[in-house]
Amino acid sequence: MDLDFSEADIQRYSRHILLAEVGGTGQAKLGAARVLIVGAGGLGSPLLLYLAAAGVGTIGIIDDDVVELSNLQRQVAHGTDRLGMAKVESAAMAARAINPGVRIEPHAVRLDAANAAALIDGYDIVCDGSDNFATRFLVADACALGRRTLISAAVLRFEGQLSTFKPHAGGPCYRCLYPEPPPPGLVPSCSEAGVLGAVTGVMGTLQATEVLKEILGIGEGLSGRLLIWDALAMRFRVIRLPRDPGCALCGPAPSLRDLAHHARSEAPACGV
Amino acid sequence: MKDTTLSLTVNGEARTLAGPTSVAALLAGLGFDARKVAVERNEAIVPRSVYGETWLAPGDALEIVHFIGGG
Repeated sequence: MDLDFSEADIQRYSRHILLAEVGGTGQAKLGAARVLIVGAGGLGSPLLLYLAAAGVGTIGIIDDDVVELSNLQRQVAHGTDRLGMAKVESAAMAARAINPGVRIEPHAVRLDAANAAALIDGYDIVCDGSDNFATRFLVADACALGRRTLISAAVLRFEGQLSTFKPHAGGPCYRCLYPEPPPPGLVPSCSEAGVLGAVTGVMGTLQATEVLKEILGIGEGLSGRLLIWDALAMRFRVIRLPRDPGCALCGPAPSLRDLAHHARSEAPACGV
Repeated sequence: MKDTTLSLTVNGEARTLAGPTSVAALLAGLGFDARKVAVERNEAIVPRSVYGETWLAPGDALEIVHFIGGG
């Protein structure tokens, strides 16, 4: 591991290096890490900005949307001057402005059954901040099959959920929590039901915290646990999330062994 | 006759059920569609594949967790 920091990097990361749990070794681990963010939206914006600021060396970001006015109430990586720009380009500009020392890899495509495995394979940790169930289940399946740690956050209205899925290390997968996408129309989307912008900021920042902890190998992660936040009640709860012995993806008799079931379109649920 | 009623809480509210009740029966009785929720019993998620064979006990604290997918 390269511990040869420039004078500027020592200054930039000094508040990290001061932490006994991070130090120069931890900062070098962050620099060597490769993280993929799925969705440059309400969750992906703060997540990207904090990972870039923290010096995570390579950050991929995948999204096929362009910046729209209705995004700007919560998607703080973008700006009014970038309406119509590809979200990944706008997000990359924001991240590079904070820290030109990290490599941002924009992927202006929609994640699908054909490209998911190869895209995920290029990263150590995958973060889901997407806005629809079809993508969420595709990401979850591709990560489990590709043995990648998945740190997944979701929001709606005044509520947030966050967990870490590491079935390759003995923990539950996303399908142990939610076995399959809800039928179309059963769960409203953010565009139908709304979301408080600051709620996405908190959840994306909690997600960034868990990514940094995973890279650094410090503290207690969220594998096997689910964080639920009710912003109106201002109540955070962390509950146990066991493996489902009947899980179709990571159970003892899995029926999902590849991504073929994603080739046909699954339920769209939360379009922006 | 032996009292078979079951007192527990659902989303913080006290409830009394008539007799032995599974997680699946509780959800149906409350009118929840199992495909859009997860069930938390005493601070742990109940795997959906065992709803039918997971029997509620007196004093259980249940929370219905809504399936959300916004970003």
